[in-house]
Amino acid sequence: MIRENPSPKHGYPGRLFVFEGLDGSGKSTQAALLGKWLASQGYRVFRTEWNSSELVSNTIRRGKKKGLLTPTTFSLMHATDFADRFERTILPPLRAGYVVVCDRYSYTAFVRDAARGCDPDWVRTIYSFAPTPDVAFYFRVPVRVTLERKIASRLKINYYEAGMDMGLSEDLHDSYERFQGRIKKEYDRIAVTDRMTVVDSTRAVEPIQAELRTAVRPILQGFPKGETLLHDG
Amino acid sequence: MTDRTYGTRLPGLSNTDLGGKLIVIEGADGSGRSTEVDLLKEWLEIDGHAVVDTGLRRSTLVSEEIDRAKRGHTLGATTMALLYAADFGDQLENKIVPALSAGSTVLADRYIYTLMARAIVRGASRDWARRLYAFAFRPDLVIFFDARPEILLHRSIGKYGSLDYWESGMDLCLSRDLFESFFLYQDRLAREFEWMTREYEFHTVDANRRPELVHAEVRALVAPLYQRGGKAARPVRRSARAPVKPPAPASSG
Repeated sequence: MIRENPSPKHGYPGRLFVFEGLDGSGKSTQAALLGKWLASQGYRVFRTEWNSSELVSNTIRRGKKKGLLTPTTFSLMHATDFADRFERTILPPLRAGYVVVCDRYSYTAFVRDAARGCDPDWVRTIYSFAPTPDVAFYFRVPVRVTLERKIASRLKINYYEAGMDMGLSEDLHDSYERFQGRIKKEYDRIAVTDRMTVVDSTRAVEPIQAELRTAVRPILQGFPKGETLLHDG
Repeated sequence: MTDRTYGTRLPGLSNTDLGGKLIVIEGADGSGRSTEVDLLKEWLEIDGHAVVDTGLRRSTLVSEEIDRAKRGHTLGATTMALLYAADFGDQLENKIVPALSAGSTVLADRYIYTLMARAIVRGASRDWARRLYAFAFRPDLVIFFDARPEILLHRSIGKYGSLDYWESGMDLCLSRDLFESFFLYQDRLAREFEWMTREYEFHTVDANRRPELVHAEVRALVAPLYQRGGKAARPVRRSARAPVKPPAPASSG
């Protein structure tokens, strides 16, 4: 059991860096770049992202077909999925003293479930097993920009991502803008209450990455480096 | 608004004052729950009530995932607890609530309390479990079948010829010996049911006795729910106007 260098935020020997923001906000690009850089600096890095696993996507597909999913079950299925990822891929490297770079964390659930009308206190209780990260970056960008980026890269808009189950609009793009607008509003709100580090993500990749590197340096002051290089989870 | 749940509102459910009645029978495997559910259903139907019976892990949404996880023992304790909660949520919203809205009596063969007890003995805090299930509907009546572990053991052996791996809590590694594990596990569960009996106002029935005697007692508990023309008889409805009690400070099990 490694007991050195416990994090002041969560007490584990590793460090937890979280990347949050709307789809198309550029957070995944930035997380990948930061992970590469940290590894090149000699840190033991573990990178993981929270996308729907088989467990959840199978269930959601089945639920959608039968029209069974409600905001509550939707929220609980995602919580199950996150818990599985947390217990399996986040906690072990954190306990082993790695720098864990998380592309999406519990904040994703806070904002998405709130946008679906779930009781925010209830959602927070469910995720209370997830430790507070050393830093949580919020990549702030207008919804319009994410939609333009999506259209430009010919990415399909997902039914749930557009909140089509909410009946906000019959039109996919219109529903996407409204639902993602709700999510952004919630991100903007919790960025303050949860003391997230807000990153203006309307800029080019390079200046943002430079800003991130500057931001994590003090957190890694005196943090031991290792011989292992980058691991992707 | 939150009158019928344990504190958390269910999004998309405006109709919180539903007509039907929710009766829960709780207790360990071998306590005689299922036998009683059958007897009670029969009795209520003969009396003219529409009855829908429900149990744990019967939802179509995630039961496959639960079976797979149990076979492979692959999921962690928190993950399992949440998977069961998702399954319960599905049953609540897609089966229990519609049945109550239709004015039926819902007979639940176990409810959130078993799920909470199982999660707590596997490491969840009581506070977390209680808040997690705060979206559940408050039953009109919870009857707890209290039976001694020796009785449960005899009934399990008599019925299946062996003890069940999960009902013996073998995944908890309390003992390598199945019988010893069974007693240790049942003891831990009983400790959780003890505080829940007070917290959730269970009516405890001595389930060490023969089914006919137990059934007579259950009927006596259930009958008042249907008096006064079968409407609005909710004897266990407590402090209808009082604010929902906030959860007590964490007291880990």
